[in-house]
Amino acid sequence: MTGTKNFQKIFAKNFLKILAPLYMAALYAFIFLPVVVLVIFSFQDGRLPVPPLKGITLKWYADVLSDRALLAALLNSLIVATISSATALVLGFLAATALARTLLPGSALIRGLLIAPMAVSTLIIALGLMNLWRELGLTVSLWATGIGHVIINLPLCFAILYAAMGDQHRSAERAARDLGASEARVLWHVTAPMLMPSLLAAFFLSVTFSWDEFIIAFLLTRFDVTLPVEIWSLLKSGLNPKTNAVGSLVFLISVAILILLELTAFRKRKP
Amino acid sequence: MMRDRRLASVMLAPAVLWVLAFFLLPFAGMVALSFARMQNRVVEPGFFADNYARFWSDPAIFKGLIVSLEITTTVTVISILLAYPLAWIIAMRVPAHWQRLALLLAVLPFWTSYVVRSYSWLLVLGQKGVVNNALMGAGIIAEPLGLSASRTATVIGFVHFFVMLLTLTIYANLRQLPPNYVRAAADLGAGPFRTFWHIILPLTLPGIVTGAFLTFVLCIGDYITPQILGGNNELTLPQIIMMQMGRQGNFPMAAALSVVLMGTVVLAYLACARWLRLDRI
Repeated sequence: MTGTKNFQKIFAKNFLKILAPLYMAALYAFIFLPVVVLVIFSFQDGRLPVPPLKGITLKWYADVLSDRALLAALLNSLIVATISSATALVLGFLAATALARTLLPGSALIRGLLIAPMAVSTLIIALGLMNLWRELGLTVSLWATGIGHVIINLPLCFAILYAAMGDQHRSAERAARDLGASEARVLWHVTAPMLMPSLLAAFFLSVTFSWDEFIIAFLLTRFDVTLPVEIWSLLKSGLNPKTNAVGSLVFLISVAILILLELTAFRKRKP
Repeated sequence: MMRDRRLASVMLAPAVLWVLAFFLLPFAGMVALSFARMQNRVVEPGFFADNYARFWSDPAIFKGLIVSLEITTTVTVISILLAYPLAWIIAMRVPAHWQRLALLLAVLPFWTSYVVRSYSWLLVLGQKGVVNNALMGAGIIAEPLGLSASRTATVIGFVHFFVMLLTLTIYANLRQLPPNYVRAAADLGAGPFRTFWHIILPLTLPGIVTGAFLTFVLCIGDYITPQILGGNNELTLPQIIMMQMGRQGNFPMAAALSVVLMGTVVLAYLACARWLRLDRI
Protein backbone atom coordinates (compact mmCIF):
# COMPACT_ATOMS: atom_id res chain seq x y z
CA MET A 1 0.00 0.00 0.00
CA THR A 2 2.70 2.47 1.04
CA GLY A 3 4.79 1.12 -1.80
CA THR A 4 2.29 2.00 -4.46
CA LYS A 5 1.71 5.40 -2.91
CA ASN A 6 5.44 6.13 -2.85
CA PHE A 7 5.81 4.95 -6.38
CA GLN A 8 2.90 7.13 -7.37
CA LYS A 9 4.50 10.16 -5.75
CA ILE A 10 7.92 9.60 -7.30
CA PHE A 11 6.35 8.93 -10.66
CA ALA A 12 4.24 12.08 -10.46
CA LYS A 13 7.21 14.19 -9.42
CA ASN A 14 9.52 13.07 -12.24
CA PHE A 15 6.74 12.94 -14.76
CA LEU A 16 5.98 16.61 -14.08
CA LYS A 17 9.64 17.55 -14.02
CA ILE A 18 10.08 16.29 -17.57
CA LEU A 19 6.65 16.95 -18.96
CA ALA A 20 6.14 20.51 -17.71
CA PRO A 21 9.05 22.10 -19.63
CA LEU A 22 8.22 20.05 -22.72
CA TYR A 23 4.61 21.12 -22.63
CA MET A 24 5.56 24.73 -22.06
CA ALA A 25 8.01 24.66 -24.99
CA ALA A 26 5.40 23.10 -27.30
CA LEU A 27 2.78 25.69 -26.43
CA TYR A 28 5.15 28.61 -26.73
CA ALA A 29 6.16 27.27 -30.15
CA PHE A 30 2.49 27.12 -31.17
CA ILE A 31 1.84 30.62 -29.84
CA PHE A 32 4.86 32.15 -31.53
CA LEU A 33 4.83 30.23 -34.81
CA PRO A 34 2.59 32.56 -36.86
CA VAL A 35 4.25 35.73 -35.58
CA VAL A 36 7.75 34.44 -36.27
CA VAL A 37 6.75 33.37 -39.79
CA LEU A 38 5.08 36.75 -40.32
CA VAL A 39 8.18 38.72 -39.32
CA ILE A 40 10.72 36.49 -41.13
CA PHE A 41 8.90 36.65 -44.45
CA SER A 42 8.37 40.40 -44.22
CA PHE A 43 12.03 40.47 -45.34
CA GLN A 44 11.39 38.09 -48.27
CA ASP A 45 13.23 39.08 -51.43
CA GLY A 46 10.50 37.80 -53.72
CA ARG A 47 6.78 38.09 -54.33
CA LEU A 48 5.49 35.34 -52.04
CA PRO A 49 5.93 35.41 -48.25
CA VAL A 50 6.36 31.61 -47.98
CA PRO A 51 9.43 29.34 -47.89
CA PRO A 52 12.05 29.26 -49.20
CA LEU A 53 13.49 32.55 -48.00
CA LYS A 54 15.16 33.84 -51.14
CA GLY A 55 17.06 36.71 -49.60
CA ILE A 56 16.74 39.61 -47.22
CA THR A 57 15.33 42.94 -48.31
CA LEU A 58 13.79 46.00 -46.69
CA LYS A 59 11.89 46.79 -49.90
CA TRP A 60 8.48 45.91 -48.42
CA TYR A 61 8.99 48.20 -45.45
CA ALA A 62 9.90 51.02 -47.84
CA ASP A 63 6.73 50.14 -49.75
CA VAL A 64 4.63 50.42 -46.60
CA LEU A 65 6.18 53.70 -45.52
CA SER A 66 5.54 55.28 -48.92
CA ASP A 67 1.92 54.05 -49.07
CA ARG A 68 -0.18 57.15 -48.43
CA ALA A 69 -3.44 55.30 -47.86
CA LEU A 70 -1.81 53.12 -45.20
CA LEU A 71 -0.18 56.03 -43.43
CA ALA A 72 -3.43 58.01 -43.47
CA ALA A 73 -5.21 54.97 -42.01
CA LEU A 74 -2.53 54.66 -39.34
CA LEU A 75 -3.01 58.30 -38.36
CA ASN A 76 -6.80 57.84 -38.31
CA SER A 77 -6.42 54.81 -36.06
CA LEU A 78 -4.20 56.70 -33.63
CA ILE A 79 -6.64 59.63 -33.46
CA VAL A 80 -9.73 57.43 -33.02
CA ALA A 81 -7.98 55.26 -30.42
CA THR A 82 -6.76 58.23 -28.37
CA ILE A 83 -9.98 60.24 -28.40
CA SER A 84 -12.33 57.31 -27.85
CA SER A 85 -10.17 55.87 -25.06
CA ALA A 86 -9.92 59.25 -23.32
CA THR A 87 -13.72 59.60 -23.55
CA ALA A 88 -14.30 56.08 -22.21
CA LEU A 89 -11.83 56.74 -19.41
CA VAL A 90 -13.49 59.99 -18.28
CA LEU A 91 -17.00 58.52 -18.45
CA GLY A 92 -15.87 55.34 -16.71
CA PHE A 93 -14.00 57.27 -14.02
CA LEU A 94 -16.94 59.54 -13.19
CA ALA A 95 -19.39 56.64 -13.12
CA ALA A 96 -17.12 54.40 -11.04
CA THR A 97 -16.49 57.17 -8.49
CA ALA A 98 -20.18 57.96 -8.22
CA LEU A 99 -21.17 54.32 -7.74
CA ALA A 100 -18.33 53.49 -5.36
CA ARG A 101 -18.95 56.30 -2.89
CA THR A 102 -22.71 56.88 -2.93
CA LEU A 103 -25.49 54.43 -2.26
CA LEU A 104 -27.90 55.03 -5.10
CA PRO A 105 -31.20 53.27 -5.73
CA GLY A 106 -30.80 50.76 -8.54
CA SER A 107 -27.01 50.87 -8.47
CA ALA A 108 -26.75 47.14 -9.24
CA LEU A 109 -28.87 47.70 -12.33
CA ILE A 110 -26.70 50.63 -13.44
CA ARG A 111 -23.55 48.60 -12.91
CA GLY A 112 -25.05 45.82 -15.01
CA LEU A 113 -25.97 48.27 -17.76
CA LEU A 114 -22.46 49.72 -17.88
CA ILE A 115 -20.85 46.25 -18.02
CA ALA A 116 -23.38 44.80 -20.49
CA PRO A 117 -21.65 45.75 -23.78
CA MET A 118 -18.75 43.52 -22.70
CA ALA A 119 -20.94 40.44 -23.11
CA VAL A 120 -22.29 41.41 -26.53
CA SER A 121 -20.57 40.59 -29.81
CA THR A 122 -18.93 43.60 -31.41
CA LEU A 123 -20.69 42.65 -34.64
CA ILE A 124 -24.07 43.28 -33.01
CA ILE A 125 -22.94 46.62 -31.56
CA ALA A 126 -21.65 47.60 -35.01
CA LEU A 127 -24.82 46.56 -36.85
CA GLY A 128 -26.98 48.39 -34.31
CA LEU A 129 -25.03 51.62 -34.71
CA MET A 130 -24.99 51.27 -38.48
CA ASN A 131 -28.76 50.86 -38.50
CA LEU A 132 -29.21 53.83 -36.14
CA TRP A 133 -27.04 55.99 -38.40
CA ARG A 134 -29.08 54.85 -41.41
CA GLU A 135 -32.39 55.66 -39.69
CA LEU A 136 -31.14 59.08 -38.65
CA GLY A 137 -29.86 59.77 -42.16
CA LEU A 138 -26.30 60.37 -40.93
CA THR A 139 -23.28 59.36 -43.00
CA VAL A 140 -20.89 56.91 -41.43
CA SER A 141 -17.51 58.35 -40.45
CA LEU A 142 -14.57 58.05 -38.12
CA TRP A 143 -16.74 59.83 -35.52
CA ALA A 144 -19.27 57.02 -35.66
CA THR A 145 -16.41 54.54 -35.28
CA GLY A 146 -15.09 56.44 -32.26
CA ILE A 147 -18.54 56.45 -30.65
CA GLY A 148 -18.71 52.69 -31.12
CA HIS A 149 -15.24 52.24 -29.64
CA VAL A 150 -16.32 54.14 -26.52
CA ILE A 151 -19.11 51.56 -26.15
CA ILE A 152 -16.67 48.63 -26.18
CA ASN A 153 -14.12 50.36 -23.92
CA LEU A 154 -16.41 51.97 -21.35
CA PRO A 155 -17.24 48.63 -19.60
CA LEU A 156 -13.53 47.87 -19.39
CA CYS A 157 -12.58 51.29 -17.96
CA PHE A 158 -15.52 51.23 -15.57
CA ALA A 159 -14.78 47.70 -14.32
CA ILE A 160 -11.05 48.35 -13.80
CA LEU A 161 -11.62 51.65 -11.97
CA TYR A 162 -14.58 50.42 -9.92
CA ALA A 163 -12.53 47.44 -8.74
CA ALA A 164 -9.62 49.73 -7.82
CA MET A 165 -11.63 52.01 -5.52
CA GLY A 166 -11.14 50.98 -1.93
CA ASP A 167 -12.08 52.40 1.45
CA GLN A 168 -8.69 54.01 2.00
CA HIS A 169 -9.49 56.28 -0.95
CA ARG A 170 -12.74 57.32 0.58
CA SER A 171 -11.17 58.49 3.84
CA ALA A 172 -8.58 60.55 1.95
CA GLU A 173 -11.38 62.14 -0.04
CA ARG A 174 -13.34 62.87 3.14
CA ALA A 175 -10.26 64.49 4.65
CA ALA A 176 -9.85 66.72 1.60
CA ARG A 177 -13.51 67.66 1.72
CA ASP A 178 -13.33 68.45 5.42
CA LEU A 179 -10.43 70.75 4.67
CA GLY A 180 -12.72 72.67 2.32
CA ALA A 181 -11.88 71.30 -1.13
CA SER A 182 -14.68 71.42 -3.69
CA GLU A 183 -15.90 68.17 -5.29
CA ALA A 184 -14.11 68.91 -8.55
CA ARG A 185 -10.85 69.56 -6.69
CA VAL A 186 -11.23 66.36 -4.66
CA LEU A 187 -11.66 64.37 -7.90
CA TRP A 188 -8.76 66.05 -9.63
CA HIS A 189 -6.24 66.31 -6.77
CA VAL A 190 -7.12 63.31 -4.59
CA THR A 191 -9.14 60.60 -6.33
CA ALA A 192 -7.47 60.65 -9.74
CA PRO A 193 -3.83 60.67 -8.51
CA MET A 194 -4.52 57.79 -6.12
CA LEU A 195 -5.98 55.77 -8.98
CA MET A 196 -3.23 56.68 -11.44
CA PRO A 197 -1.93 53.13 -12.11
CA SER A 198 -5.46 51.87 -12.80
CA LEU A 199 -6.27 54.93 -14.90
CA LEU A 200 -3.18 54.36 -17.03
CA ALA A 201 -3.87 50.65 -17.36
CA ALA A 202 -7.48 51.27 -18.40
CA PHE A 203 -6.43 53.94 -20.88
CA PHE A 204 -3.70 51.92 -22.58
CA LEU A 205 -5.81 48.76 -22.72
CA SER A 206 -8.59 50.80 -24.35
CA VAL A 207 -6.13 52.28 -26.83
CA THR A 208 -4.92 48.84 -27.89
CA PHE A 209 -8.47 47.48 -28.21
CA SER A 210 -9.62 50.45 -30.28
CA TRP A 211 -6.42 50.37 -32.34
CA ASP A 212 -7.06 46.72 -33.23
CA GLU A 213 -10.85 46.83 -33.61
CA PHE A 214 -12.08 45.80 -37.05
CA ILE A 215 -15.79 45.20 -37.44
CA ILE A 216 -17.12 48.52 -36.06
CA ALA A 217 -14.57 50.45 -38.11
CA PHE A 218 -15.35 48.34 -41.18
CA LEU A 219 -19.10 48.99 -41.01
CA LEU A 220 -19.00 52.57 -39.79
CA THR A 221 -16.43 54.18 -42.09
CA ARG A 222 -16.44 54.69 -45.80
CA PHE A 223 -13.61 56.78 -47.27
CA ASP A 224 -11.52 57.63 -44.23
CA VAL A 225 -10.73 54.24 -42.75
CA THR A 226 -8.70 52.91 -39.82
CA LEU A 227 -5.62 50.72 -40.10
CA PRO A 228 -7.28 47.29 -39.63
CA VAL A 229 -9.76 48.13 -42.41
CA GLU A 230 -6.95 49.24 -44.72
CA ILE A 231 -5.04 46.03 -43.95
CA TRP A 232 -8.23 44.09 -44.71
CA SER A 233 -8.34 45.58 -48.19
CA LEU A 234 -4.64 44.69 -48.63
CA LEU A 235 -5.57 41.05 -47.96
CA LYS A 236 -7.66 40.92 -51.11
CA SER A 237 -4.43 40.79 -53.12
CA GLY A 238 -3.64 37.45 -51.47
CA LEU A 239 -0.33 36.55 -49.86
CA ASN A 240 1.96 39.54 -50.08
CA PRO A 241 5.18 40.39 -48.20
CA LYS A 242 3.91 43.95 -47.89
CA THR A 243 1.10 42.71 -45.64
CA ASN A 244 3.78 40.95 -43.58
CA ALA A 245 5.67 44.23 -43.27
CA VAL A 246 2.55 46.12 -42.12
CA GLY A 247 1.76 43.37 -39.62
CA SER A 248 5.30 43.39 -38.26
CA LEU A 249 5.21 47.18 -37.85
CA VAL A 250 1.88 47.03 -36.02
CA PHE A 251 3.34 44.36 -33.75
CA LEU A 252 6.35 46.56 -33.05
CA ILE A 253 4.18 49.58 -32.18
CA SER A 254 1.88 47.53 -29.94
CA VAL A 255 4.80 45.95 -28.09
CA ALA A 256 6.25 49.45 -27.61
CA ILE A 257 2.94 50.53 -26.02
CA LEU A 258 3.00 47.37 -23.90
CA ILE A 259 6.51 48.07 -22.64
CA LEU A 260 5.48 51.64 -21.85
CA LEU A 261 2.52 50.26 -19.89
CA GLU A 262 4.76 47.78 -18.08
CA LEU A 263 7.18 50.55 -17.10
CA THR A 264 4.53 53.03 -15.96
CA ALA A 265 1.20 51.62 -14.88
CA PHE A 266 2.14 48.18 -13.65
CA ARG A 267 5.58 48.90 -12.21
CA LYS A 268 4.60 49.17 -8.57
CA ARG A 269 1.97 46.46 -8.68
CA LYS A 270 2.49 42.92 -7.57
CA PRO A 271 2.20 40.43 -10.43
CA MET B 1 -26.51 63.09 1.72
CA MET B 2 -29.08 64.67 -0.56
CA ARG B 3 -26.43 66.80 -2.24
CA ASP B 4 -24.19 63.76 -2.47
CA ARG B 5 -26.82 61.79 -4.33
CA ARG B 6 -27.53 64.58 -6.77
CA LEU B 7 -23.83 64.95 -7.48
CA ALA B 8 -23.45 61.19 -7.97
CA SER B 9 -26.35 61.20 -10.44
CA VAL B 10 -24.72 64.01 -12.41
CA MET B 11 -21.47 62.06 -12.52
CA LEU B 12 -23.23 58.89 -13.62
CA ALA B 13 -25.34 60.57 -16.28
CA PRO B 14 -22.80 60.82 -19.14
CA ALA B 15 -21.82 57.14 -19.02
CA VAL B 16 -25.41 55.93 -18.61
CA LEU B 17 -26.72 58.18 -21.38
CA TRP B 18 -23.91 57.08 -23.71
CA VAL B 19 -24.73 53.41 -23.16
CA LEU B 20 -28.48 54.06 -23.54
CA ALA B 21 -28.06 56.10 -26.73
CA PHE B 22 -25.37 54.10 -28.50
CA PHE B 23 -25.92 50.59 -27.17
CA LEU B 24 -29.44 49.96 -25.87
CA LEU B 25 -31.32 52.17 -28.34
CA PRO B 26 -29.52 50.74 -31.41
CA PHE B 27 -30.13 47.25 -30.09
CA ALA B 28 -33.85 47.97 -29.65
CA GLY B 29 -33.83 49.36 -33.17
CA MET B 30 -32.33 46.13 -34.46
CA VAL B 31 -34.97 44.05 -32.73
CA ALA B 32 -37.65 46.25 -34.31
CA LEU B 33 -35.99 45.99 -37.71
CA SER B 34 -35.83 42.21 -37.46
CA PHE B 35 -39.65 42.13 -37.63
CA ALA B 36 -39.74 44.26 -40.79
CA ARG B 37 -39.51 42.70 -44.24
CA MET B 38 -38.15 43.47 -47.67
CA GLN B 39 -40.60 44.37 -50.41
CA ASN B 40 -39.06 45.07 -53.81
CA ARG B 41 -35.68 45.90 -52.27
CA VAL B 42 -37.27 48.38 -49.85
CA VAL B 43 -37.61 47.85 -46.10
CA GLU B 44 -41.27 47.61 -45.12
CA PRO B 45 -41.64 48.30 -41.39
CA GLY B 46 -44.18 46.30 -39.45
CA PHE B 47 -44.55 43.22 -37.37
CA PHE B 48 -43.81 40.20 -39.55
CA ALA B 49 -42.21 36.94 -38.54
CA ASP B 50 -40.92 36.35 -42.10
CA ASN B 51 -37.24 36.62 -41.25
CA TYR B 52 -37.42 34.25 -38.31
CA ALA B 53 -39.50 31.81 -40.33
CA ARG B 54 -36.90 31.92 -43.07
CA PHE B 55 -34.08 31.43 -40.56
CA TRP B 56 -35.87 28.32 -39.32
CA SER B 57 -36.77 26.87 -42.72
CA ASP B 58 -33.90 27.89 -45.00
CA PRO B 59 -31.26 25.19 -44.48
CA ALA B 60 -28.48 27.38 -45.93
CA ILE B 61 -29.11 29.95 -43.19
CA PHE B 62 -29.98 27.64 -40.30
CA LYS B 63 -26.82 25.65 -40.95
CA GLY B 64 -24.83 28.81 -40.20
CA LEU B 65 -25.93 28.67 -36.57
CA ILE B 66 -25.05 24.98 -36.36
CA VAL B 67 -21.62 25.57 -37.92
CA SER B 68 -21.00 28.49 -35.55
CA LEU B 69 -22.04 26.45 -32.52
CA GLU B 70 -19.88 23.49 -33.55
CA ILE B 71 -16.81 25.64 -34.18
CA THR B 72 -17.30 27.68 -30.99
CA THR B 73 -17.77 24.59 -28.81
CA THR B 74 -14.73 22.86 -30.32
CA VAL B 75 -12.61 25.98 -29.89
CA THR B 76 -13.71 26.58 -26.30
CA VAL B 77 -13.02 22.99 -25.21
CA ILE B 78 -9.63 22.68 -26.97
CA SER B 79 -8.51 26.13 -25.76
CA ILE B 80 -9.31 25.32 -22.12
CA LEU B 81 -7.60 21.92 -22.33
CA LEU B 82 -4.46 23.54 -23.78
CA ALA B 83 -4.43 26.71 -21.67
CA TYR B 84 -5.11 25.20 -18.24
CA PRO B 85 -1.87 23.16 -18.03
CA LEU B 86 0.13 26.11 -19.34
CA ALA B 87 -1.37 28.48 -16.76
CA TRP B 88 -0.83 25.82 -14.07
CA ILE B 89 2.82 25.33 -15.04
CA ILE B 90 3.45 29.09 -15.04
CA ALA B 91 1.70 29.57 -11.69
CA MET B 92 3.06 26.51 -9.88
CA ARG B 93 6.31 25.37 -11.48
CA VAL B 94 7.96 28.56 -12.77
CA PRO B 95 9.99 30.46 -10.11
CA ALA B 96 8.02 33.45 -8.80
CA HIS B 97 10.23 36.17 -10.25
CA TRP B 98 10.08 34.65 -13.76
CA GLN B 99 6.30 34.25 -13.80
CA ARG B 100 5.50 37.73 -15.01
CA LEU B 101 7.93 37.38 -17.92
CA ALA B 102 6.62 33.90 -18.77
CA LEU B 103 3.08 35.25 -18.84
CA LEU B 104 4.01 38.30 -20.92
CA LEU B 105 5.70 36.02 -23.45
CA ALA B 106 2.73 33.67 -23.54
CA VAL B 107 0.46 36.52 -24.64
CA LEU B 108 2.91 38.53 -26.74
CA PRO B 109 1.33 37.66 -30.12
CA PHE B 110 -1.88 39.08 -28.65
CA TRP B 111 -0.42 42.41 -29.63
CA THR B 112 -0.24 41.82 -33.34
CA SER B 113 -3.19 43.10 -35.29
CA TYR B 114 -6.16 40.71 -35.12
CA VAL B 115 -6.58 40.76 -38.90
CA VAL B 116 -2.87 40.12 -39.44
CA ARG B 117 -2.86 37.22 -36.95
CA SER B 118 -5.39 35.30 -39.02
CA TYR B 119 -3.44 36.16 -42.16
CA SER B 120 -0.24 34.80 -40.56
CA TRP B 121 -1.91 31.41 -40.20
CA LEU B 122 -2.40 31.43 -43.96
CA LEU B 123 1.38 31.64 -44.28
CA VAL B 124 1.73 28.67 -41.96
CA LEU B 125 -1.12 26.46 -43.19
CA GLY B 126 -1.42 27.44 -46.86
CA GLN B 127 -0.70 25.24 -49.91
CA LYS B 128 2.89 26.51 -50.09
CA GLY B 129 2.97 27.39 -46.41
CA VAL B 130 5.49 26.51 -43.74
CA VAL B 131 3.84 23.28 -42.60
CA ASN B 132 3.40 21.79 -46.06
CA ASN B 133 6.89 22.90 -46.99
CA ALA B 134 8.44 21.24 -43.95
CA LEU B 135 6.45 18.02 -44.30
CA MET B 136 7.21 17.71 -48.02
CA GLY B 137 10.84 18.63 -47.47
CA ALA B 138 11.11 15.86 -44.88
CA GLY B 139 9.50 13.46 -47.34
CA ILE B 140 6.57 12.71 -45.02
CA ILE B 141 3.96 13.71 -47.58
CA ALA B 142 4.11 13.94 -51.36
CA GLU B 143 1.17 16.25 -51.96
CA PRO B 144 0.46 19.43 -49.95
CA LEU B 145 -2.23 18.98 -47.30
CA GLY B 146 -5.34 21.09 -47.77
CA LEU B 147 -5.04 22.72 -44.35
CA SER B 148 -6.08 26.26 -45.12
CA ALA B 149 -9.55 27.17 -46.38
CA SER B 150 -11.11 24.64 -44.02
CA ARG B 151 -12.77 24.37 -40.66
CA THR B 152 -9.49 23.03 -39.25
CA ALA B 153 -7.75 26.28 -40.18
CA THR B 154 -10.52 28.36 -38.58
CA VAL B 155 -10.33 26.30 -35.39
CA ILE B 156 -6.51 26.57 -35.26
CA GLY B 157 -6.66 30.34 -35.75
CA PHE B 158 -9.26 30.70 -33.00
CA VAL B 159 -7.51 28.32 -30.58
CA HIS B 160 -4.30 30.30 -31.00
CA PHE B 161 -6.04 33.47 -29.89
CA PHE B 162 -8.06 31.97 -27.05
CA VAL B 163 -5.22 29.91 -25.56
CA MET B 164 -3.50 33.23 -24.89
CA LEU B 165 -6.64 34.80 -23.41
CA LEU B 166 -7.49 31.78 -21.23
CA THR B 167 -3.92 31.37 -19.99
CA LEU B 168 -4.22 34.90 -18.60
CA THR B 169 -7.59 34.41 -16.87
CA ILE B 170 -6.80 30.94 -15.49
CA TYR B 171 -3.37 32.06 -14.28
CA ALA B 172 -4.97 34.97 -12.41
CA ASN B 173 -7.32 32.46 -10.80
CA LEU B 174 -4.60 30.01 -9.82
CA ARG B 175 -2.59 32.80 -8.20
CA GLN B 176 -5.50 33.61 -5.90
CA LEU B 177 -5.45 30.10 -4.47
CA PRO B 178 -4.04 30.16 -0.95
CA PRO B 179 -0.86 27.98 -1.12
CA ASN B 180 -1.81 26.55 2.31
CA TYR B 181 -4.65 24.57 0.78
CA VAL B 182 -2.29 22.69 -1.50
CA ARG B 183 0.18 22.16 1.34
CA ALA B 184 -2.57 20.98 3.66
CA ALA B 185 -3.74 18.44 1.09
CA ALA B 186 -0.17 17.19 0.69
CA ASP B 187 0.26 16.93 4.48
CA LEU B 188 -2.89 14.87 4.69
CA GLY B 189 -1.39 12.45 2.18
CA ALA B 190 -2.95 13.47 -1.12
CA GLY B 191 -0.77 13.04 -4.21
CA PRO B 192 -0.44 15.78 -6.81
CA PHE B 193 -3.25 14.38 -8.92
CA ARG B 194 -5.70 14.10 -6.04
CA THR B 195 -4.78 17.59 -4.84
CA PHE B 196 -5.45 18.89 -8.29
CA TRP B 197 -8.75 17.05 -8.72
CA HIS B 198 -10.21 17.77 -5.27
CA ILE B 199 -8.68 21.14 -4.36
CA ILE B 200 -7.28 23.13 -7.27
CA LEU B 201 -9.79 22.33 -9.98
CA PRO B 202 -12.98 23.04 -7.98
CA LEU B 203 -11.54 26.31 -6.66
CA THR B 204 -10.53 27.53 -10.12
CA LEU B 205 -13.81 26.55 -11.73
CA PRO B 206 -15.26 30.12 -11.62
CA GLY B 207 -12.22 31.37 -13.52
CA ILE B 208 -12.55 28.61 -16.10
CA VAL B 209 -16.23 29.31 -16.61
CA THR B 210 -15.66 33.06 -16.94
CA GLY B 211 -12.92 32.43 -19.49
CA ALA B 212 -15.05 29.90 -21.35
CA PHE B 213 -17.95 32.33 -21.52
CA LEU B 214 -15.70 35.10 -22.83
CA THR B 215 -14.30 32.68 -25.41
CA PHE B 216 -17.80 31.67 -26.42
CA VAL B 217 -18.99 35.27 -26.88
CA LEU B 218 -15.93 36.45 -28.78
CA CYS B 219 -15.70 33.32 -30.92
CA ILE B 220 -19.33 32.99 -31.97
CA GLY B 221 -19.52 36.65 -32.99
CA ASP B 222 -16.26 36.75 -34.93
CA TYR B 223 -16.31 37.43 -38.65
CA ILE B 224 -12.62 37.80 -39.50
CA THR B 225 -11.12 34.43 -38.62
CA PRO B 226 -13.61 32.22 -40.53
CA GLN B 227 -13.65 34.71 -43.39
CA ILE B 228 -9.86 34.59 -43.81
CA LEU B 229 -9.18 30.97 -42.88
CA GLY B 230 -12.42 29.08 -43.39
CA GLY B 231 -12.76 28.98 -47.17
CA ASN B 232 -16.11 28.82 -48.94
CA ASN B 233 -17.30 25.34 -48.00
CA GLU B 234 -19.32 26.46 -45.02
CA LEU B 235 -20.32 29.80 -43.58
CA THR B 236 -20.65 30.81 -39.94
CA LEU B 237 -23.56 32.92 -38.66
CA PRO B 238 -21.58 36.20 -38.67
CA GLN B 239 -20.49 35.52 -42.25
CA ILE B 240 -24.12 34.98 -43.28
CA ILE B 241 -25.13 38.17 -41.44
CA MET B 242 -22.49 40.16 -43.30
CA MET B 243 -23.55 38.58 -46.58
CA GLN B 244 -27.24 39.38 -46.01
CA MET B 245 -26.30 42.95 -45.30
CA GLY B 246 -23.66 43.48 -47.95
CA ARG B 247 -24.37 41.56 -51.11
CA GLN B 248 -28.10 41.04 -50.52
CA GLY B 249 -28.83 44.42 -48.91
CA ASN B 250 -31.36 42.66 -46.69
CA PHE B 251 -31.07 44.61 -43.44
CA PRO B 252 -34.13 43.08 -41.72
CA MET B 253 -32.77 39.56 -42.28
CA ALA B 254 -29.32 40.61 -40.98
CA ALA B 255 -31.04 42.12 -37.94
CA ALA B 256 -33.06 38.95 -37.28
CA LEU B 257 -29.92 36.80 -37.48
CA SER B 258 -28.17 39.21 -35.10
CA VAL B 259 -31.04 38.75 -32.64
CA VAL B 260 -30.57 34.98 -32.99
CA LEU B 261 -26.85 35.42 -32.31
CA MET B 262 -27.62 37.55 -29.29
CA GLY B 263 -30.15 34.98 -28.06
CA THR B 264 -27.52 32.26 -28.28
CA VAL B 265 -25.13 34.34 -26.17
CA VAL B 266 -27.88 35.00 -23.60
CA LEU B 267 -28.59 31.25 -23.38
CA ALA B 268 -24.88 30.61 -22.84
CA TYR B 269 -24.88 33.30 -20.17
CA LEU B 270 -27.82 31.75 -18.34
CA ALA B 271 -26.18 28.34 -18.54
CA CYS B 272 -23.11 29.51 -16.66
CA ALA B 273 -24.45 32.53 -14.74
CA ARG B 274 -23.93 30.72 -11.42
CA TRP B 275 -20.17 30.78 -11.75
CA LEU B 276 -19.66 33.95 -13.79
CA ARG B 277 -17.65 36.85 -12.39
CA LEU B 278 -17.84 39.30 -15.27
CA ASP B 279 -17.27 42.35 -13.10
CA ARG B 280 -14.01 40.88 -11.79
CA ILE B 281 -12.17 40.32 -15.04
